[in-house]
Amino acid sequence: MKTESTLEKILAAGHLAVTSECGPPRGALPNKVKEKAELLRGCVDGINVTDNQTAMVRMSSLAACIIIQNMGLNPILQMVSRDRNRLAMQSDIIGAYSHGVDTMLCLSGDHPRFGDHPMAANVHDIDSIQMVDMVRNMRDEGKFQGGEKIDGSPKMFIGAAANPFADPFELRVARLAKKVKAGVDFIQTQCIFNVDKFEKWMEGVRERGLHEKVAIMAGITPMKSVGMARYMKNKVPGMDVPDEVVQRMAGVPKEKQSEEGIKICVETIQRLKEVEGVRGFHIMAIEWEQKVPEIVERAGLLPRPVV
Amino acid sequence: MITAERKPMEEIIGSVSPYRRILLVGCNECVTVCAAGGRKEVGLLASALKMHFAKEGNPVEIEEVTLERQCDPEYVEELLPRMDQADAVLSMACGCGAQEVARRYKEKPVFPAVNTRFMGASERQGVWAERCAGCGNCVLGITAGVCPIARCSKQLLNGPCGGSTSGKCEVDPDIDCAWQLIWDRLKALGMQERYEDNIPAKDWRTGRGGGPRRIVREDLAS
Repeated sequence: MKTESTLEKILAAGHLAVTSECGPPRGALPNKVKEKAELLRGCVDGINVTDNQTAMVRMSSLAACIIIQNMGLNPILQMVSRDRNRLAMQSDIIGAYSHGVDTMLCLSGDHPRFGDHPMAANVHDIDSIQMVDMVRNMRDEGKFQGGEKIDGSPKMFIGAAANPFADPFELRVARLAKKVKAGVDFIQTQCIFNVDKFEKWMEGVRERGLHEKVAIMAGITPMKSVGMARYMKNKVPGMDVPDEVVQRMAGVPKEKQSEEGIKICVETIQRLKEVEGVRGFHIMAIEWEQKVPEIVERAGLLPRPVV
Repeated sequence: MITAERKPMEEIIGSVSPYRRILLVGCNECVTVCAAGGRKEVGLLASALKMHFAKEGNPVEIEEVTLERQCDPEYVEELLPRMDQADAVLSMACGCGAQEVARRYKEKPVFPAVNTRFMGASERQGVWAERCAGCGNCVLGITAGVCPIARCSKQLLNGPCGGSTSGKCEVDPDIDCAWQLIWDRLKALGMQERYEDNIPAKDWRTGRGGGPRRIVREDLAS
């Protein structure tokens, strides 16, 4: 084992892992973090804490991670390269680890264009692949990126994202290979609605044996309504929502659409369980965290194993 | 070239309105090519300003000059005989040119009439696009001749991110995805295997990370 991470232990024991996420509040309201995280107790192995998601200012991921850590849950520190240079990243990583946070996710982050601070400067000192390499080096070599020795190196279990649905499709396996080369331990994918395309991507992943080098967790998002399905199809870059999914949501009366969304989500998990190389699920229930326990239960993923 | 665009008229008028004798200085280099501050634009701006202030009953004298290169002390020196008759200088060169004039003529207020935009190339008639960020350590040799620092919205050295759709960037459909362009070029060159070389974190000291930059050529320096 590289770390003390619960997620690493679950995966190493061969269980299908389950993670979900908690978006910190847009204000100094620690109880909001606690309420959201509490909903996930007992039904996930790790809770991703987003880092100024969609380029909107929120409570820092690190601060919210500490709150969640103190509740006896397992936060996953998300970190984007948009807002911090490599000094700030490394200091936050050792800071997080000092509080017991042992799992993180390295991302480039949504462009400020999409948030409510489009006037902000982008940092992007390093990219997500370079961040993975930096964190692995901090853990395994005990060195800062500048080359100096770290006194008490952070033993982080390192995650990254992958979007099998973005273009050019032919680069999507190759880019995963670059993340593997950089030393990533686990991957959480973009929300999967187009299961056929995801399976095609996984074929490419298996052809290169990448599924044996990195634990791939399939990204799942329940849709609340046909409106949300259409929005994700048309407005969210890199999101692939097939017409038949939108039609299925549109085919049921409004008051039953949220239940239909949960059904689709559970069926997707069931189907993906059969895909070789899928090692778990990352459930992103956007502002709908209270549905996660039900999804996990209906998908047959409860109780969570104790490791 | 360095590209620029003329500032809005109201802003230019606001900056020079306290002055009655204005020396309007263009540049015959980049800003001429991108039609922002060459001889022609100097003439147009001079007429517009004269008309505006005449209409207000507050006429101005505008002296027009277009230097060969406004960023070069040798040419900026040519302004000397005209400086006595000027209350202020309005520069249509890039920021380099305007600063050179300000450095040379310490007693004269200098105002920019253009916004300096970026280092770019002409895509077609009337369209210029960013090509180089001046990072000081060129990566074009490993990125198939397309710069991801200048042309990827996230300046990813290991792209493309998840926001690339049909060759376009998620930030704006008018922006080509730099990594799609890099990939297309690598394929055309039969160098696909290069894609999987992880490009390491960049040393930004050669760029702005090292503070304001200078080049000293010992063989040429006097």
